[in-house]
Amino acid sequence: MRVRLQVNGQPREVDVPPDMPLLWVLRDVLGLTGTKYGCGIAQCGACTVHLDGRAVRSCVLPISAVGNAAVVTIEAVGESTTGAAVQRAWLQLEVIQCGYCQSGQIMSATALLAKNPAPSDAEINSAMSGNICRCATYPRIRDAIKHAAGMPSPSLTSTHR
Amino acid sequence: MSQVELITDRRRFLLGGGLVVGFTFVALKAHAQRVVGPRGPQPVSNEEIAVVSGEGFNGFAPDAFIRISPRDEIALIVPNVECGQGVYTGESMLIAEELEVDLDQVRVLPAPPNEKLYKQPLLQFQGTGGSTSIRGAWEPLRKAGAVARTVLISAAARRWKVDAAECTAQRGHVRHEASGRELSYGQLVQDASSLPLPKEVQLKNPNAFRLIGKNLQRVDTPSKTNGTARYGIDIVVPGMKIAAVANCPVLGGQLVRVDEHNVRERPGVLDVIQLPDAVAVIGEHYWAAQSALQSLHPVWDGGPNEHMSSATLRADLERASREGKGAVATQEGNYSAAFQRASSRVEAQYIQPFLCHAPMEPQAAVVHVKDGGAEIWCGTQVPTRAQAGAAKVLGVSLEKVVLHGQLIGGAFGRKLETDYVEQAVAIASRCPYPVKMIWSREQDTQHDNYRPMYVDRLSAGLDEKGLPIAWRHRVTGASVTARYAPAGMRPNGVDPDAVEEAEDPVYGKFPHMLVDFVQWQPPRGLVVSWWRGVGPTHSVFVVESFVDELAHAAKRDPYQYRRDLLANQPRALAVLDEAARAAEWGKPLPEGVGRGIIVQKSFGSYISVVVEAGVGRGGEVSLRRIVAAVDCGMTVNPNLIKQQVEGGILFGLSAALYNEVTFVGGRVQQANFNDYRMLRLNETPPTQVIHLPTSHPPGGIGETGTTAAAPALANALFAATGVRLRELPVARQLAARAAT
Repeated sequence: MRVRLQVNGQPREVDVPPDMPLLWVLRDVLGLTGTKYGCGIAQCGACTVHLDGRAVRSCVLPISAVGNAAVVTIEAVGESTTGAAVQRAWLQLEVIQCGYCQSGQIMSATALLAKNPAPSDAEINSAMSGNICRCATYPRIRDAIKHAAGMPSPSLTSTHR
Repeated sequence: MSQVELITDRRRFLLGGGLVVGFTFVALKAHAQRVVGPRGPQPVSNEEIAVVSGEGFNGFAPDAFIRISPRDEIALIVPNVECGQGVYTGESMLIAEELEVDLDQVRVLPAPPNEKLYKQPLLQFQGTGGSTSIRGAWEPLRKAGAVARTVLISAAARRWKVDAAECTAQRGHVRHEASGRELSYGQLVQDASSLPLPKEVQLKNPNAFRLIGKNLQRVDTPSKTNGTARYGIDIVVPGMKIAAVANCPVLGGQLVRVDEHNVRERPGVLDVIQLPDAVAVIGEHYWAAQSALQSLHPVWDGGPNEHMSSATLRADLERASREGKGAVATQEGNYSAAFQRASSRVEAQYIQPFLCHAPMEPQAAVVHVKDGGAEIWCGTQVPTRAQAGAAKVLGVSLEKVVLHGQLIGGAFGRKLETDYVEQAVAIASRCPYPVKMIWSREQDTQHDNYRPMYVDRLSAGLDEKGLPIAWRHRVTGASVTARYAPAGMRPNGVDPDAVEEAEDPVYGKFPHMLVDFVQWQPPRGLVVSWWRGVGPTHSVFVVESFVDELAHAAKRDPYQYRRDLLANQPRALAVLDEAARAAEWGKPLPEGVGRGIIVQKSFGSYISVVVEAGVGRGGEVSLRRIVAAVDCGMTVNPNLIKQQVEGGILFGLSAALYNEVTFVGGRVQQANFNDYRMLRLNETPPTQVIHLPTSHPPGGIGETGTTAAAPALANALFAATGVRLRELPVARQLAARAAT
């Protein structure tokens, strides 16, 4: 099936089975390998991308369901002010260890802050609980989200920098 | 790229500008033709290995770690692999400190497989594991930097005809202060290359460190924020196809037959490859391969393991613990006599489950079998072992296998194994094109090499003050050392890994002590392996739970009880006191909430952790607060230490709360993150790490937090509920208890 997509602001056309998840179209057809495979069943969030600004798990999203929605991946999330602020905060607070899940973490955090510039702890929990990090960088992720939002971030007393 | 092209390239460059081509450009040029997209860590071709090894490199290559080109390109070749622990940064800092360069001036390259050049001094093979990287690199890498800097200064002094002692080095330049003259390292590489290397060099006094001890930004993280970092699973080479794999669901079983014709016709499917114990479908993309695989329905022969279950394994292990002959690990005084005359006695049995590693990046490797050899791109903690494994599969010599190490998306010990590389090679050897093999999450969970299940039985005799005078500990489990590195076994049959921190607890030896090990042989096909924290993760849970039980039996506060036992262990006592202070030990807590404390010294680092946790009516655990105090000696980068301790504790808590791999009919019952539950952000409490640097040699840090986690949690849950949890994971037991 020929499918037209909007990916990172560019029109793309691919010829793939209609049930093929967006994740594999991005990775194996379009060469955008920043979006990661972790579980294939929307349990870990490594594959998170934006669909019209919403965080979605691309590993379970059939390409036929994408339609005209704008797809944004980690490769282009820094083009938005919020995305760039999140990337910066991730580095300033040295969130990252192995980094494999962090594309998805950054996409989830950016979608949260774009909609809710000053999230509460409960709202951060709710937006981020779908993203697993095996290095368990969670305390710094929480802190970096607040930092990106310009909020004080007292949860992590383990000082860095 | 061929050798001829490389030489041509270099000569052209020489003619053009009077300079030789920089290795970075060579690497990039070769790379650009093969790999789509922005560059990640450098793949290394045969020619590039020659450059990295220094042979034929037209620049300054004093050793295995430093390359300086005439164009002032500085490459540091780090001996250990980056799997999140920050070793690219930490090891680069060691070299850069003495070389007198800054991290913004260098490029970090992964070491190619070369046992001679990159053998890890503590492991005695080229590998990354056991929290040994910085401990092993601390001297050699600083020395490498100092040797190079000394030679570069000598080269400048000769040119200026001044005393080398009048010259200084800074940011990749040598300066003669008196005359104001300055030359860059690049300008000195030809001169430096002709000078002999000094045998002895003076290392900097720690007071003079510019980089070591500072929170320098990690070198690997910028590319991890924008999708440009490349892991093994991300590598793309021209003409590459994708393989999805199904391994025999019964561990150790075989493939009988598979009806290929119903999938061969599917669009995007290229081939079906049958292996003795697995089947792979090759597709144009992963989706084509994986969906075809799912409709393949292979016929398997499970073999003898079809009768294996967790219940039978556990019974077998417990029997071995009771009836097996123990190999003595340590013996002090006369345990039996002391136990008999003790004022009181305590006995307990602890059980810990099989665990899988579950790294976020499932096993993957790209392999191109060609020209009587193979080129491989993959993440591995053991480049030479992976190279050897691949060579064995192909029946070729080592030099026929070129291995390009990639960033690793979480290792935790999984990538000390090479099974996935060997399987990818076996598949690719049957294909005329390069193949990227990707395991599904389900395959990754169900075909791991598992952390062994352990049964530990302890008994102690206490004196009238409640302190242990007699200590008996029997460790029973499968031996990872016997399988992975048999030469590491003690002649009497003790696996030193299994008894580490059991035979030499943080408290020192007890006056009358007997620790032994019973090696249990797991069924064929159930492979045990290293898991973050290795032996100490198992032993510290047992020892620190049991010490808590002794404190309770002695009617003592567990913190104060440990203080008494640590009277002669000042470093352990210091972290214990600091953790207790910061965690407000003794301050009243609500009903159903408790604090647990532990102290340990694994991997040459001292750490004390306090976990504060509560238990709800349904038995659900809520983590409320974590405090750790750590002394890992001299500090390379405090941020890396804190990252490892924060993440390490939470990694350990995830396992202690939720994780166990169980078997029915020889099959692993867990498959994905829905039934192998991971700790998530919403469950993560405030986590405080207090770093207490000392002037002792550096200790390991990658596993220290993980090792500390489970006993701190179990002790907190005892304080919260009065129930001693002697089996992991705790969540299932608490839920079962709440239901009755």
